[in-house]
Amino acid sequence: MAENAKVITADKLTKRFGAFTAVDAISFEVGAGEIFGFLGANGAGKTTAMRMLTGLLKPTSGRAGVAGYDVFTQSENIKRRIGYMSQRFSLYEDLTVYENVRFYGAVYGLRSETLRAKIKAVLEELDLTHARNTLLAELPLGWKQRLAFSTALIHDPAIVFLDEPTGGVDPITRRQFWEMIYEQAERGTTIFVTTHYMDEAEYCDRVSIMVDGRIAALDTPRGLKQTFQAETMDDVFVRLVRGPKSSVEAGG
Amino acid sequence: MRAFAGFVRKEFRHIIRDPRTLLILFGMPVIQLVLFGFAISTELRTSNLAVLDMSRDEVSGAILDRMRDSEYFNIVEDVGSEEDINAAMQAGRVKLGLIFGPGFAGRFSSGDGAALRIVTDAADPNTARLLQSYAAAIVRQFQREQLNAPETPGMRIRTALLFNPLLQSVYMFVPGLIVVVLMLVSALMTSIAITREKEMGTMEVLLVSPLRPFQIILGKVLPYLLLSCLIAALILVLSQTVFALPFNGSMLLFWVECLLFIFTSLALGIFISTVARTQQVAMMVSLAGLLMPTILLSGFIFPIENMPLPLQVIANIIPARWFLEILKGVMIKGLGIQQLWTQTAVIVFMLLLFTGLSIRKFNIRLQ
Repeated sequence: MAENAKVITADKLTKRFGAFTAVDAISFEVGAGEIFGFLGANGAGKTTAMRMLTGLLKPTSGRAGVAGYDVFTQSENIKRRIGYMSQRFSLYEDLTVYENVRFYGAVYGLRSETLRAKIKAVLEELDLTHARNTLLAELPLGWKQRLAFSTALIHDPAIVFLDEPTGGVDPITRRQFWEMIYEQAERGTTIFVTTHYMDEAEYCDRVSIMVDGRIAALDTPRGLKQTFQAETMDDVFVRLVRGPKSSVEAGG
Repeated sequence: MRAFAGFVRKEFRHIIRDPRTLLILFGMPVIQLVLFGFAISTELRTSNLAVLDMSRDEVSGAILDRMRDSEYFNIVEDVGSEEDINAAMQAGRVKLGLIFGPGFAGRFSSGDGAALRIVTDAADPNTARLLQSYAAAIVRQFQREQLNAPETPGMRIRTALLFNPLLQSVYMFVPGLIVVVLMLVSALMTSIAITREKEMGTMEVLLVSPLRPFQIILGKVLPYLLLSCLIAALILVLSQTVFALPFNGSMLLFWVECLLFIFTSLALGIFISTVARTQQVAMMVSLAGLLMPTILLSGFIFPIENMPLPLQVIANIIPARWFLEILKGVMIKGLGIQQLWTQTAVIVFMLLLFTGLSIRKFNIRLQ
């Protein structure tokens, strides 16, 4: 893949549930190795958009490609090329560290020699080799989070989707986690991340903010702050999400 | 394929990591079998009996001899009035009273309604009914012998209890237990296992992975299928070794029908998991919606013929009701598929129905 190749492209991507339009003709592109922040209030359509991109939902109309495959017709190919980490870390508490990593490796079809080497590398990188036979339930939350991230990357995906990956962990752990994200992006993996923490939005290369199913703004964090003449991303977000309502109030 | 194998291995690990549940699943049928086989018995042992004999002739004497000879009754009091019987019953000394009216022998042979009353302590209605029918059976048999003997010498009419001559409740209990346990393991455990993935958020990750939805469901179901078969085999082996329960039918048919019922229960479990959001809901739905009707309405404990019509109708839509008939037919009566195909067809229909519903529900969720 070329240096600035687009790994995610969405063109008027739309999802309707009956009369309700959850995602309303969104268009954007994400380049290889980019950290793309996907923001929006609860119910703005973030999850629906992400589900379409990960092949869980069929779009109603529009076009979208992920890792070079079409979301309408090639969702099985997409699934092989992406990693996914959910907000609840998605590991099994009653399995050991080793068993968890091995399970996800097997799910992504890694052969036994590759898998063994991969597990070893993951555990060493996380400094978890001594805890390989520890039940996951006994691991601190921060470790679980990092392990979940590493397992989402076990098959070297082109893109990894992180759905609110830092919920419930302390600021230091969050910062450490973002260091991992940066390292991975430098290796060329595209990071597609949703978050409710605006300080994390600042860490992203580019940020899109969804309001009522549409992308209301898309730029670098610096660009967004300039456009909206805001001090922080927090202000940008509040202005965008509350914007239509407060102008109505001002008018009335 | 490698992904699927990995998935099944993980499922087995989940089961092994929860030894308490495993112990309950295997221990419960064993304990119930032993309890019902030895301790809790619906058949009667010796019950005490009081007699008020106003005739004291040869016929009443002969009937009392029969009573004494039977293993069920023990004549402990010979009283002078009905009040004495009541008193003995109230004090708990006897469970049953026999009252022979005056001139019993004369009326017995002339056939104009010799008066014999059987009084039971109906504070415990089940026992009372059983005692009553046992006592009546003994009298009736005596009566038949007496009336028939002179006309057709050498021939005696006897009642016979087919298939379960000793009226042992374990005969009734083993098929019922198999039905309940298979339902419990297949439907309840599967629905909980699938909703757990949903509740923990791991289902999302699995759906995003290259695993196909049908592989996920199949991988979830396979361990419980195996577990169900193991437990059914355990009950069968125990019932034959410990209780010497005869197995009169075809073992092949038994297992084919068991698998059919397990598949139906698994489909039900999957269906429940598509509806329930949390493990608790799945458990409540399985227990109240499946297990309770299975125990109460399948004919396992209460005979379906004795139920009021609306309950009989409800009983018909419970898969366990049909499967219990099949099991009793195969195990105790030695019936073949020729006699059981109606019941089998009903279960096949239910299996297809629930599978279809689950697939539809699952697809709607993915839309």
